[in-house]
Amino acid sequence: MNVLLKFYHRLGSPREFYEISGSLIPWFGTISLILILTGSYLGLVVAPADYQQGESYRIIYVHVPSAWLSMLIYTVLAVSAMIGLIWRMKMAYVVMICSAAPGAWFTLVALITGSLWGKPMWGTWWQWDARLTSELLLLFLYIGIIALYNSFYERHLAEKSAAILAVVGVINLPIIHYSVEWWNTLHQGSTVIRSDGPSMDVRMLWPLLIMAVGFNFYYGLILMLRARNQVLIQEARNSWVAELVVNKGQAS
Amino acid sequence: MTPKQKSRMRLVLLVLAGLGITSLLALNAFRSNLMYFLTPAEMVAGDYPEQGMYRLGGMVVEGSINRLENGITVEFDLTDYEQTITVRYTGILPDLFREGQGIVAHGRIENQLFTAEEVLAKHDESYMAPEVAEAMKNVDMSKAIPASATKIPAGTTL
Repeated sequence: MNVLLKFYHRLGSPREFYEISGSLIPWFGTISLILILTGSYLGLVVAPADYQQGESYRIIYVHVPSAWLSMLIYTVLAVSAMIGLIWRMKMAYVVMICSAAPGAWFTLVALITGSLWGKPMWGTWWQWDARLTSELLLLFLYIGIIALYNSFYERHLAEKSAAILAVVGVINLPIIHYSVEWWNTLHQGSTVIRSDGPSMDVRMLWPLLIMAVGFNFYYGLILMLRARNQVLIQEARNSWVAELVVNKGQAS
Repeated sequence: MTPKQKSRMRLVLLVLAGLGITSLLALNAFRSNLMYFLTPAEMVAGDYPEQGMYRLGGMVVEGSINRLENGITVEFDLTDYEQTITVRYTGILPDLFREGQGIVAHGRIENQLFTAEEVLAKHDESYMAPEVAEAMKNVDMSKAIPASATKIPAGTTL
């Protein structure tokens, strides 16, 4: 526990974060590439067709990991917003704002792949049912957070305002997850995250989980790359950034 | 934690709790408006808007699909295992439409018939290989198929 806490505190310093993330990036890149390639092969080639939907169900291997990630990223974003608001931690705000764009992208991917899947299976691109609408609301929340952050010249004000919006938006997460249970929806109920275990053939389930983990590592990679840029911009006046730039300049 | 951090934390938690309760109450108040479709039982109970269109969701009754003479109009019975309503639809049906399938029809009641202008297919949350589904059909249905795939909790999820 102590080791973890120490690591957490080290990550709280922009300079330490820059160094640690620099050595983690190649790992995250390799792991996500291997997992996504393996998952795609297992999901698109090895897994059997579905008894009901035939081959077209295979879009699940992009749709579901993106949809999960859209909610996971929002959780990360909101938790870091809370940490930022309570402890005034610089790096928490960096994680918050650097998660917003990837979160919005994954939400968009989930919506688009869902739409492409809905047309042949349900017979419609879009319906205003509770699951679809609440996921669209999530996209608007992400966009709102990005817009709010960028509308302030003063960074501390921007961070605080965006963080408050992020915390308020947390209410949408349980609504997205439980929408298919609370209301009649066109979208079917949860397949994997349910009390009586996944209702999916194991040969279909494994590729899905592998893809989901791969997507998570990819998000970690994107987050670190974006956060490093943000750190450099924010710390531009500090000596360690200047040293870094000078050293890089000499090396090349 | 310093006292200042503590009070900020209290504020954040308070805001979250307040928002949670507010949205819970709001969602509860608009409960019926958030329902994407009605079930046949709700319709028979008279719990539907008389003016305008609405959606009716249920299972297509086995052996009830009847194609009329013009070739594109279909009539079928829709059930939630409590009540059954006959639906008439003219147009192209989704691929998944068949007997025993959950569907959602958008339309209105005309002369005791639910006349649909749009029919959408619902599918359940189970995914399995065709040969597994076939094998399950041949075994004892009630035991083989996961409870989730067949059970219909009274008018909630179809």
